[in-house]
Amino acid sequence: MTALLSLERLTALRGECPVVDDVTVAVGQGECVGLIGPNGAGKTTLMRAALGLLAAKGASSLTALSPAERARAVAWLPQSRDIAWPMTVQTVVALGRIPHLPRSTKLRPEDQAAVDAALAETGLTGFADRLANQLSGGEQARVLIARALAQQTPLLMVDEPIAGLDPAHQISTMESFAALAREGKSVIVSLHDLGLAARHCTRILMLSQGRLVADGTPAQVLTPERLNEVFGIRVFYESTAQGPIFQPTEVTR
Amino acid sequence: MMRLMSLLGAGVALLFAASLAIGPAEASFGQSLTSLLRDDGTPFTLVMREIRLPRALLAVMIGASLGLAGAAMQGYLRNPLAEPGLIGVSSSAALGAVLSLQTGFAAAFALALPLSALAAALVGVLLVLMLAGPRGASMTLILAGIAISAMAGALISLVLNLSPNPYAANEIVFWMMGSLADRSMLHVWLALPVMALGWGLLSTLGRGLDALTLGEDAASSMGINLSRLRLSLVVGVSCVVGAGTAVAGAIGFVGLVVPHLLRPFVGGRPSRLLWASALGGAALVLAADIAVRLIMPDRDLKLGVVMALIGAPLFLHLIFKTRRELS
Repeated sequence: MTALLSLERLTALRGECPVVDDVTVAVGQGECVGLIGPNGAGKTTLMRAALGLLAAKGASSLTALSPAERARAVAWLPQSRDIAWPMTVQTVVALGRIPHLPRSTKLRPEDQAAVDAALAETGLTGFADRLANQLSGGEQARVLIARALAQQTPLLMVDEPIAGLDPAHQISTMESFAALAREGKSVIVSLHDLGLAARHCTRILMLSQGRLVADGTPAQVLTPERLNEVFGIRVFYESTAQGPIFQPTEVTR
Repeated sequence: MMRLMSLLGAGVALLFAASLAIGPAEASFGQSLTSLLRDDGTPFTLVMREIRLPRALLAVMIGASLGLAGAAMQGYLRNPLAEPGLIGVSSSAALGAVLSLQTGFAAAFALALPLSALAAALVGVLLVLMLAGPRGASMTLILAGIAISAMAGALISLVLNLSPNPYAANEIVFWMMGSLADRSMLHVWLALPVMALGWGLLSTLGRGLDALTLGEDAASSMGINLSRLRLSLVVGVSCVVGAGTAVAGAIGFVGLVVPHLLRPFVGGRPSRLLWASALGGAALVLAADIAVRLIMPDRDLKLGVVMALIGAPLFLHLIFKTRRELS
């Protein structure tokens, strides 16, 4: 199995203070990886450093690639939901095809197919001709997810994509990531909803103060001791006939 | 899209022809064109070739430059209020021109003033690039541009302040208003190569500006080299704006208003807006320069003044439109 991402002792500093501290991890094909950790644990910084968007020590397999190769190897969806201009949903999603276009900005039939597929996957087909910046925040988030999907890369890295989505779209977004993983692609998704992470992710990485403190299946990582130590919460977590049920119940400190 | 471009193109061609046909020397439109194309031995050929043609050509070149540069700046900064003057080049060029007027160097030879302006623009852009730092961030670029603009503006005021005779000050003030009157083909040949370089650089930005719609992080992850993009932008805008200011003085509002007006017609895409704005800018400056000659033919009305008179109300309209959208 080839690794889509491998990080070797990745360390990112802000001033003297390590925000990401000596992280070594590899992500192979067909994984839906949930990246969890409290605010300020270094989730975003870890992903940006892995992508080469900020200077870091250590090695990332992605920064070894040329910018053009990297853009076809990984799609990155930042947390900030920027759509600067009044463009139609379709045009915004088509921006994801930029790394694949030979020279100009003109879409070929295969690019249009990728855009249509991404629109269908995110339930936006009916919105294709609406102006993206006039949609609600949650709808814009889905437009941007569709843009990342249209990039059709083997690896997708997304930063808190489901924050601000309604429950149905939170679930469907996680399901489409899980579906990508079943197709052999991989997704690394940072999120705060541990219940959705437990349910849809095949693997969880837990960060605390920049260090990778746990790596494994949801059941292995989401133990009461760790949740108490890292997040300061007590949880109800049981496997039921409806799948794993995970519900934080109280704060422990 | 094609319709918009051919419409704008037709508008530019029409206004260009009108610009050639209008002037104090009375002649029919047909006669103007024949005298331009064929040396018929009359002084009218001289008028056409040495006065009206350079004027119309400069209007097209400067208008296209300002429209293109405005669209590129707005696309790069993702801000509809950005304009080409933001990186301080037009102020630096103006400072160079003002210094040459003040010292009398402008009278030394025909192109002394525009060359001084170009040299000062070059110094300005080098300073901006140095101040903005090596990484491709937009924030430092704006700050550097504002610093250089402020400095150049202060120095212009200082020159005016210390100007020993009112005539020199008068000349400086009039030059700064911006005009295309009494320019020759020499000015065209001076500005054209510099502008062409700038057009070439700005025309490479389309993809990168499209990607920047989603923010710097997303653009960078889509394979866009932001440092190179910013360098091409700054050098390209400096070339076109520096050369434009050097031959015609400061002409505002074109780079601000034209991209803003045309954006809805290109579906908001920065790459398409570049060329639409170039044509739109050319049309607007041609129209304003025609207006200058028609409204007060004997009072030497300045193009920059008319442009501001057209631009400010358009800008007000944009403000009200934005307010309606926000409410």
